[in-house]
Amino acid sequence: MTQVLTANRLDDGRVVFLTPTGDWSPDLNDACTVSDDDAAQELSAVGALAEAACTVIGPYLIEVLEDEGQLQAAAIREAIRAAGPTVQAGQF
Amino acid sequence: MYRYDEFDHQLVTERVEQFRKQVDRRLAGKLTEDQFKPLRLMNGLYLQLHAYMLRVNVPYGVLSARQLRKLADIARRYDRGYGHFTTRQNIQYNWVSLADTPDILADLATVEMNAMQSSGNCVRNITADPFAGRARDEIEDPRVWCELIRQYSILNPEFAYLPRKFKIAVTGAPNDRAAVGVHDIGLRMHHDADGRPGFEVLVGGGQGRTPVIGKTIRDWIEPEEILAYIEAILRVYNLHGRRDNLYKARIKILVNALGIDKFREMVDAEWEAIRGQGLTVPEAEQARIAQYFRPPAWASLRDIDAELELQATADPAFGAWLNSNVSAHKAPGYAIVSLSLKAPGREPGDLSADKMDAVATLADLYSLGELRVTHRQNLVLPDVRQADLKELFRELVSLELATPNIGLLTDMIACPGLDYCALANARSIPVAQDISRHFTAVDKLQEIGALSINISGCMNACGHHHVGNIGILGVDKKGKEFFQITLGGASDQNATLGDRLGPGLPQAEVPGAIEAIVDTYLAQRESEQETFLATYRRVGIDPFKTAVYGEEPVRRVA
Ligand code: SF4
Repeated sequence: MTQVLTANRLDDGRVVFLTPTGDWSPDLNDACTVSDDDAAQELSAVGALAEAACTVIGPYLIEVLEDEGQLQAAAIREAIRAAGPTVQAGQF
Repeated sequence: MYRYDEFDHQLVTERVEQFRKQVDRRLAGKLTEDQFKPLRLMNGLYLQLHAYMLRVNVPYGVLSARQLRKLADIARRYDRGYGHFTTRQNIQYNWVSLADTPDILADLATVEMNAMQSSGNCVRNITADPFAGRARDEIEDPRVWCELIRQYSILNPEFAYLPRKFKIAVTGAPNDRAAVGVHDIGLRMHHDADGRPGFEVLVGGGQGRTPVIGKTIRDWIEPEEILAYIEAILRVYNLHGRRDNLYKARIKILVNALGIDKFREMVDAEWEAIRGQGLTVPEAEQARIAQYFRPPAWASLRDIDAELELQATADPAFGAWLNSNVSAHKAPGYAIVSLSLKAPGREPGDLSADKMDAVATLADLYSLGELRVTHRQNLVLPDVRQADLKELFRELVSLELATPNIGLLTDMIACPGLDYCALANARSIPVAQDISRHFTAVDKLQEIGALSINISGCMNACGHHHVGNIGILGVDKKGKEFFQITLGGASDQNATLGDRLGPGLPQAEVPGAIEAIVDTYLAQRESEQETFLATYRRVGIDPFKTAVYGEEPVRRVA
């Protein structure tokens, strides 16, 4: 199972993903992927530090799938978090 | 409408500055999320799926054109150019940043608005009949009492940490447009034999995972005693409501556990102890608040039914709109106009900043500068001259706000669901969009007649699915979205909870199922006057079950 670490950014609440360089990116494809428990724990530890430093809120691991080089969140909820609402909000 | 006095101004301004400092400390890393969360919630700020969400109170759904312009301005400057009207007659912004929030609250304060107690375990925005003070069937204007309850409950330290949130709704009309039966406290105004007003008090109604219709705890409370009586209820709840289990913390659970008679006894004991003291509303105060709600200077006009009928014959689209979107006003020659935020394929309750501005202009031009928000997520112009209806209709058509569907099948309530909400199991908005695209024929909608569809994205039931004539509840089954249908719910004076039709359906099958249900109704009804609800109550659920699932119910996943 491939996982990435996600959270919401403190200042604007936006969905972000932990990158390999330890930054947080709004793009799921920038995320650092891990596929074993030890590495996942390491990601979580980085997340906990970022939360303690008030950079992000509520970090947690999510499952992702790889499709033609693109990352895709496995759960609908996470897919919507990553891509935004599925409705054309604000057009009306 | 009510205008802030010096105390309101001071309270709101001080609160904004207090929150500004709290936000500064949070952004500077001096407060953890655990410490900050209760503070932001007290100011209406949630963290949703994609961003912070700010819920702004529209007290009992009454809004001025000036306030709506400010709401548009905020949507444009701090959000993505739109807002969402909710089933609590409030407005939500979905994309605000934490750093901007104190400025937004300061902006709101300039038009006498705030976001206090729009979340958290406290008394929430008081909701009311959106036609209050205007409806022809009204007995008493409830807004005076809504305002008194607002002032009493806002930042009331005794009730800042109730076991759970607490919702109060008030109606002054026999036709309940405020869903008082599904509130923690529901108030219905009646007249006694001498024509003096008083309150019937319902308690323990609510939706969520344990839906309950409120029970009448008192059939008569003198108006000046209503605050003391509410306080007695809140005290009993505050002391005895469960705090150990989130799902058992609402007052409905307490009332059910004790039984209404025992609960009444406890409330009465408390009431006797505080009765006739500081919470009796003095006549002068009643009069002071009442003057804000004096009827505006309506011109002396006459009803022009015959002329409207002629116009309707000449222009059937206008006629259809008159039929469903225009309601009787208490002043002759005036009408109450509902603006549908449910055009086909739209997100129920959403409105762009540009349209908010346009609606504010229409309110100034045609409705003495006032508006209402309904719990069915529409807007209302409460004071329109009947002679202006045709012209207003034309303006509304160009704004896509004249869909003639108020009270009809496509006037759906839909909560934000999984497109926005962190608690959701499934998406509500796309389901509403599918249904509204499926049923576009105006004739058909009018033929079907009164029918409410209410959609919630999870058991929390913000979309009032339990009390929709047709309720739709989103559930998650092994990571997939399914939708359970209930039939026979109602939120009016004869409120009932819907019955579950059968196993959940995938989204794609929902419009077809609704069509099968509607066709069954049309085939079964005894006359055109028999509403969907009446037919359902007469024939029961079985024909509808068969229509949707066939003779042998198919086993499905959800
Ligand atoms: S009903 Fe559920 S999904 Fe809908 S807004 Fe309420 S909590 Fe969110």
